Amino acid sequence: MVKVRIPTPLRPLTGGKSEVEAPASDVQSMIESLNKQFPGLKERVCDDKGEIRRFVNIYLNEEDIRFLKGKATPLKDGDEVSIVPAIAGGAHPDKGNA
Amino acid sequence: MPSTKTLDKIKGLVCRECGKEYPAVSLHVCDMCFGPLEVQYNYKAIKAALSRKTIEAGPKSLWRYVDLLPIQGEPTAGLHAGLTPLVRAHNLGAELGLDKLYLKNDTVNHPTLSFKDRVVSVALTRARELGYDTVACASTGNLANSVAAHAAAAKMQCYVFIPHDLEASKVLGNLVYRPNVVEVEGNYDDVNRLCSEIAGEHKWAFVNVNIRPYYAEGSKTLAYEIVEQLGWLAPDHIIVPMASGSLLTKVWKGLNEFHQLGLIDRLSTKVHGAQAEGCSPIAAAYKQGHDFFKPVKPNTIAKSLAIGNPADGYYALKATAESGGAMDTVTDDEIVEGMTLLAQTEGIFAETAGGVTIGVLKKLVKQGVLKRTDTTVALITGNGLKTQEAVMNAVGRPTRISASLVDFQKTFHLGKHER
Repeated sequence: MVKVRIPTPLRPLTGGKSEVEAPASDVQSMIESLNKQFPGLKERVCDDKGEIRRFVNIYLNEEDIRFLKGKATPLKDGDEVSIVPAIAGGAHPDKGNA
Repeated sequence: MPSTKTLDKIKGLVCRECGKEYPAVSLHVCDMCFGPLEVQYNYKAIKAALSRKTIEAGPKSLWRYVDLLPIQGEPTAGLHAGLTPLVRAHNLGAELGLDKLYLKNDTVNHPTLSFKDRVVSVALTRARELGYDTVACASTGNLANSVAAHAAAAKMQCYVFIPHDLEASKVLGNLVYRPNVVEVEGNYDDVNRLCSEIAGEHKWAFVNVNIRPYYAEGSKTLAYEIVEQLGWLAPDHIIVPMASGSLLTKVWKGLNEFHQLGLIDRLSTKVHGAQAEGCSPIAAAYKQGHDFFKPVKPNTIAKSLAIGNPADGYYALKATAESGGAMDTVTDDEIVEGMTLLAQTEGIFAETAGGVTIGVLKKLVKQGVLKRTDTTVALITGNGLKTQEAVMNAVGRPTRISASLVDFQKTFHLGKHER
């Protein structure tokens, strides 16, 4: 099991949970397993070719997986993975329509 | 004014990554894929109304290009920004081996002496159109100065957020306008993260957060002006200093818009990016052939460029690649050399970012990227009086004498009857 930190905009998919667990041997299988638990999560994180979206960063123990092996980056039990939008959000669409 | 004020030139916002469309509100991130949003224009209507003549008949400011800027009504902020001199740099050109070198001199932009007066003019006009009465920004200094000044003139509430270690003149250049100046313990990237959180809580127009899609468009006017000032010609090269990478991206966009709209016949400009070695995530990615970058902790005297996690880094890399340009870096010593060389050859005192641009310009000539006969434009984006600390130890001291003619002539080895 790896621990995955979920950013605020994706928490509606995880029932509000900021940290979830997933069985996974690499980042790819982690995403598949998260998508089984929380349907719809994959399309937010990956584009229609299955590649990780350009403005989504995934960190394994603080290191950007783009500088490791991308989706093939191996994971082991106890690893901590963070999903972080590259551009910090902020504008609430409901508040921003001034 | 040009004639499109009645036409609906803004279609809305669109995600640059997944293409999802949004209305033209204050929003900067796609809620589907987290990509940045950009203004989408109705180019067909713009093309029908816009010509070299309508532009030339416009005001002597960046608002002569209002048809290509994302506001709906008349401009209400920064009415005198832009249209800064394009200086033919004979002396510096001779020194570097360039016959046709020009400097786009935004050290004299109105009213706060940097290119940020362009983006803020657009951002504040748009913020008022969207009904905001409070304006804010995350800044490395120049943006804060410009937001504070324009907010004072527009009678808007203002919060500017800056890192705690800025140059004295940049701090004072906020305080004098009486905004709320918030000095954050941390670097620009910390300030920016904080501002994103604040923007989610308070209904303010953060020019470079929730107003960013509009704000960033103001930078296109640098490209428009260069083309017009060269007699409706795009240069062979433009050298652009990079912090977030937005300026370079928008300069390239501006050139392409002019080309698509038929205002120039030919576009073969190469756009080159310049960074300080102590904060060069975009140039490092360029050198490694990556289209993604590794955020860094900035350590350079070029504080206005000290963004370790550049929001438009990817697009700057893409624009440089599309145009066939290059990127390079300079050390802090080379930045100071660039600043003093520019001052001593052309009489222009630029801030540290100008030193970065001149330093990289020099390198690109040495590397053979810029040829002697190429028309080359370097963007000088900010004023040296704001970063005096950087050159304080490199410019010598005045020569002190007593108030005596004899002392003067003796000190300077001048004869008695030389006149």
